[in-house]
Amino acid sequence: MSIRIDKQKCVGCFQCTAVCPGSLIRKSDTGKAYIKYPENCWGCVSCVKECRFGAIDFFLGADIGGVGSTMNVSYEGDIIHWNIHKYDGTQITIDVNSKDSNQY
Amino acid sequence: MTRLKTQKLMTDVLIVGGGTAGCYAALTIARHSKLKVTIAEKANIKRSGCLAAGVNAINAYIVDGKTPDFYADYATKDANGIVRRDLLLSAAKLFNSTTAELEKLGLVILKDENGKYVSRGNRNIKINGENIKPILAKAVKAEENISIINNLNITDLIVKNNRALGAVGFKTDENTAYEIYAKAVLIATGGASGLYKPNNPGFSRHKMWYPPFNTGAGYAMGIRSGAEMTSFEMRFIALRCKDTIAPTGTIAQGVGAKQVNSKGDVYETKYGLTTSERVYGTVEENRLGNGPCYLRTSVIDKSKDNDLLKAYLNMAPSQTLKWIESGKNPSEQDVEISGTEPYIVGGHTASGYWVNTNRETTINGLYAAGDVAGGCPQKYVTGAFAEGEIAALDIIRKYADAEIETYEEVFESKLGEYEKILGGSNEKFTAQSLEEAMQKVMDEYAGGISTGYSFNEKQLDLADEKIDKLITLADQLSAEDTYEMMYVYELRERLVVCKVLIAHLRARKETRWHTFNENLDYPDTDPNYFGYVNSKYENGKIDIIFRDIVQEAEYEHKN
Ligand SMILES: Cc1cc2nc3c(=O)[nH]c(=O)nc-3n(C[C@H](O)[C@H](O)[C@H](O)COP(=O)(O)OP(=O)(O)OC[C@H]3O[C@@H](n4cnc5c(N)ncnc54)[C@H](O)[C@@H]3O)c2cc1C
Ligand code: SF4
Ligand code: SF4
Repeated sequence: MSIRIDKQKCVGCFQCTAVCPGSLIRKSDTGKAYIKYPENCWGCVSCVKECRFGAIDFFLGADIGGVGSTMNVSYEGDIIHWNIHKYDGTQITIDVNSKDSNQY
Repeated sequence: MTRLKTQKLMTDVLIVGGGTAGCYAALTIARHSKLKVTIAEKANIKRSGCLAAGVNAINAYIVDGKTPDFYADYATKDANGIVRRDLLLSAAKLFNSTTAELEKLGLVILKDENGKYVSRGNRNIKINGENIKPILAKAVKAEENISIINNLNITDLIVKNNRALGAVGFKTDENTAYEIYAKAVLIATGGASGLYKPNNPGFSRHKMWYPPFNTGAGYAMGIRSGAEMTSFEMRFIALRCKDTIAPTGTIAQGVGAKQVNSKGDVYETKYGLTTSERVYGTVEENRLGNGPCYLRTSVIDKSKDNDLLKAYLNMAPSQTLKWIESGKNPSEQDVEISGTEPYIVGGHTASGYWVNTNRETTINGLYAAGDVAGGCPQKYVTGAFAEGEIAALDIIRKYADAEIETYEEVFESKLGEYEKILGGSNEKFTAQSLEEAMQKVMDEYAGGISTGYSFNEKQLDLADEKIDKLITLADQLSAEDTYEMMYVYELRERLVVCKVLIAHLRARKETRWHTFNENLDYPDTDPNYFGYVNSKYENGKIDIIFRDIVQEAEYEHKN
C-alpha cells in the first residue's frame, strides 16, 4: 500500500513529512519530498490530504488487487474533490462536502 | 560512538501518546486546572494514531431510550462476562457528553429534521469522522498550558518504589535524548499491531486495520516496570473487507448487509452474533469449503452507492478506490470479507493495564486511558475520550500538589543503551528481519491466520522458546539514525507483548471466545475460568494472577 510523490509538482513545503503518522516521508537532497519507507505505509492518505499541490497520489499495491489507478485530492471551500485517475485513462471525481455527515 | 544531546524537562503532567485519549485528557486538565501538561508524541498529533484516516461513526453512544446499563450489558455479553462493569459504566456515562464536546469543536454529526442525532442501530450515531483528529489537535494546540513535543518516541517509564516519576525517550528527527519528570504520568499509546503475520505480508504489509505505528509501547513499558496487566488472551480479530482491511460497520450496520457464503447462504445466524462468533463463522465456513465469504451488498438499491463511496472516503479511501478500479459499485457486487491477524487492543476487547475505577494503574501516579487500558471493551473513540477525562480529573484531585522527584539512573542507563545501538553494527539482522521472524512464529504457533486462529499448548511452548531467542537477537541490533532506532524499540516492545500474550493464552485453559482464544486442548468454555487472567512481570519472569470478577461499583487496588 503506498503513495508516490510527483517531483515536478512538489514545492517542498514538507507538510506531508510533518503529518505522516509513521514519519515515513523525508526531504531529498534536491529539496523535494520522497517516501523513504514505502512498504511501511499504512495507506491512511493523511499526506495526500495535506498536500495542497496535488503532488501525492495514492494507489493500491498489486498484492491487494491494485491495477494502477491513482487518487489525489483538491479543495474548494468545504468540498473535497477526490480525483481518481483510472488505469484506463478515464477520470472520476467524487465530491465530498466536509460539512455533510456520512449517511450510513 | 554516536553521542546524543540530552534534554531534561519538568512538567506537572506527562502524557505519553497524543492520540484520542491523550489529547482529550490534555484538554480536560487544561480546562479544569492550572497544571502544565506535556504531550510526548512519536509522530505528530495532527493525524497520529487510530484516527489518522478518519472514523466512520461514533460506535459507543447512549442513544435515545437506552442507558449506560444497556451498553454495559451488551459489552459484557459480547465479552462472555470477562469485563469490568465499574469501568464500562463510568465510561458509558461520558459517551454523550464527550461527543457533545467534539461537536462543539467542529465534528459534524448527522441530525434529523428535529435536530436530533440519527442513530445507527442501538449504540451508534452517524458522523463525518474524516477530520476528527485535526479538530482535536487544533483544540489542544490552542491551550496555553499544553506543550506538545512531536517526534518524541518514549521507550521507558521512570519508576521508583512503584511510583511513576516520568519517562525517557529520543527524538526521531534529531539526535536528542529526553528525560521528562512529572507529578503524574498518563499513558495513552494505544494498542499493539504487527505481532502476527498480517493479511498482506508483501508490499502492502502495513495495510492492516490497526495502525502499524501503535506497537504496544505502552504495554511494554508498563510490563517492564511491573504494572499488572489483564486479559491479553482476549485478542481482537477484526472482520474486515478483504485486501483493503477496511471497516465493515458501514455496510453491515449501515445498510444491513448480511454475511453470506459462496453458496449465498446467510451463515451469521448459525454461529452466533457476538464479535468473536462473527469471525469464527467466517473461519468455519472457509474451513468447510464454503468460502469465500461476503457481505451481501449486491441486494442494496443502487441509489445507496454514491453515499457508500463517500462514507468510505471519509475513513478508508482504499475501499472506495477498490470499488472504482473494479468498475463495479457496491450494489453490483458483494464485498469479500476476512478476519485480520490478531491485535491486542483494549478499545475493542479487554486487554491492557489493570486499572482502578479512576484509571490509575497498579503503579502509583501512572494512569492509563484508551486502547492501552484494559477491562473495558467496546469503548472505542468516545470511551478513549471518557477514560482520558476520568484519568485527568483524578490526576488533578490526587497529584496536583505532589512533588516532582528526579531519578537520573534510569536516564543514564537508557542513554548508554541508545548510544550503543547507534554506534553498533549488525550485518546479519535488522529490526525488519526479526519482526518478520516474530510474526511468523506467532502466526504458526500462537494462533495466527494460518492456523485459523487456533493453537495448542505444545505450540505455545514452542512459540515462547522462539520468542525468547528473538529477544536475545533484538538486543544486538544496531541503527543508522534515531529514526531507525525507533524500529529497534518497536520490535523490542512487540516481543515483550508477545511474551505476555503467550503466557496469558497458556493460562486460560478453556476456549472462552472463539478465534480470540481458540485453545484446541480445551475447546469448551469452563466455568472455573469465569474470572480475569492477569499478569505481572517480576524478577525476569511473568507471574499469572487469577482474579475474581469485580462486583463493586468502585474498584481500588488492594495489593
Ligand atoms: C482504522 C480504525 C477505525 C476505527 N473506527 C472507529 C469508528 O468508526 N468509531 C469508533 O467509535 N471507533 C473506531 N475505532 C476505534 C478508536 O478509533 C480507538 O479505539 C481509539 O481511537 C483509541 O484511542 P487511543 O488514544 O487509545 O489510541 P490512538 O488514538 O491511536 O493514540 C495513540 C497515540 O500514541 C502514540 N504513540 C504510540 N507509541 C508511542 C511512543 N512510544 N511514544 C510516544 N507516542 C506514542 C501514537 O502515535 C498515537 O498518537 C477505529 C480504530 C481504527 C484503528
Ligand atoms: S505536501 Fe506536497 S508539496 Fe509539500 S512537500 Fe509534500 S509533496 Fe511536496
Ligand atoms: S498514506 Fe499515511 S502512512 Fe502512507 S505515507 Fe501518507 S501519511 Fe504516511
